[in-house]
Amino acid sequence: MAKKQTVRVKINSQQREADVEPRLLLVHFIRDTLGLTGTHVGCDTSNCGACTVVLDGKTVKSCTMFAVQADGAELLTVEGLIQDGKLHPLQEGFKQEHGLQCGFCTPGMLMSSYALLKKNAQPSENDIRWGISGNLCRCTGYQNIVKAVQYAAGKMAQGGAK
Amino acid sequence: MIPPSFEYLRPKTLPEAVAMLQQHGDEAKILSGGQSLIPMMKLRLARPGFLIDINRIAGLSYVKEEDGLLKIGGLTREAELEASPVVRTRYPILLDTAHVIADPQVRNMATVGGNLAHGDPANDHPATMVALGAQVVATGPKGERVIPIENFFVTLFTTALQHEEILTEIRIPAPPARSGGAYFKLERKVGDFATAAVAVQVTLDDKAVCQKVGIGLTNVGPTPVKAKKAEEFLRGKKLDEGNIKQAAQLAADEAEPSPDLRGPVAYKKGLVKELAKRALSRAVERASGK
Repeated sequence: MAKKQTVRVKINSQQREADVEPRLLLVHFIRDTLGLTGTHVGCDTSNCGACTVVLDGKTVKSCTMFAVQADGAELLTVEGLIQDGKLHPLQEGFKQEHGLQCGFCTPGMLMSSYALLKKNAQPSENDIRWGISGNLCRCTGYQNIVKAVQYAAGKMAQGGAK
Repeated sequence: MIPPSFEYLRPKTLPEAVAMLQQHGDEAKILSGGQSLIPMMKLRLARPGFLIDINRIAGLSYVKEEDGLLKIGGLTREAELEASPVVRTRYPILLDTAHVIADPQVRNMATVGGNLAHGDPANDHPATMVALGAQVVATGPKGERVIPIENFFVTLFTTALQHEEILTEIRIPAPPARSGGAYFKLERKVGDFATAAVAVQVTLDDKAVCQKVGIGLTNVGPTPVKAKKAEEFLRGKKLDEGNIKQAAQLAADEAEPSPDLRGPVAYKKGLVKELAKRALSRAVERASGK
């Protein structure tokens, strides 16, 4: 077994650290080592985007990155979206607009949408579809996901959540 | 899927990284964006004993025009290339290309250098760089070596890079006036490898006659294909509809695709012809300032 290395991250505003094998994937670090199981493992081959997290402000597929690479980084997962006990406008949007059915892709969809709205607060439908093009949903046909993101953009434009 | 065990090394400087490559020989692999290497390790198609993570080496990520060249640092992410103002205004072919590589999350990690160094003819930058007549800078124990792109791709997954070398820069000749380029790709869905794709870069003279032309083809051979006959045919000619059509046919003849789930040989050749037509037409439009 390869020598373990210490990985320190700030995840959802909390400082965490653990000694891990270099081959440990970031998604397993998040789920198994840190116990944050909101991030899902879908295809495990970098296609589906269910494992998407925000790393230093950018979306990455956590199944295609080693935990050691994230040492020193700031991470945001679906657990970190809630603010002061209130759902993030995106989470509210997915609920209001039926942006999910089975829910498996939802954490990844939320994180991609979150990064999109940070960059582009008033995205067009095309921008949204492009923004979530790395996330697959096998239930909804995407229509309601697009509406959910539009709902959140509208809500955020009225002020409130960041 | 869990990749095989490996030792993880994180050099802070380029000389340190090169020394690690020398020390561990072909047991070592460079970890750049990891978007091809990590999936291959998970599928156990690659089993490096040592991973040398170059992501913390400063100064390997940039896009700038200098000395008549566009210089792209080896560690530049696809997303950074896509966002670069100089690329957006002066190198539409690179913007076309970066835009259709994988998906947003992958582009946040994947690097331009890795896209070339991986030596996969299904990747998109190889054909683009062939069309642009790029040069690749390899840094090794003896310093820098400049490799013309025509000599870079040896065969499937094999490049001219030596074990102790790292791809540190890509150099593209700055386009003269009346130049334009385009990249046209057909993929089954967002994020897929190309069924086929065509990269074109042209320079016209003041009478709209073709002075310079580069044509590269994606995923229709063991390396990116430089469509030399099509290029030869177009040089010195007007890029009108008839000539474009003939050149597109020549490019299709030069493609050597393999049949697979993406389609049979005849379909892929037909696709090269159509995509070449479209890429040439778009490149001419852009070169004419339309």
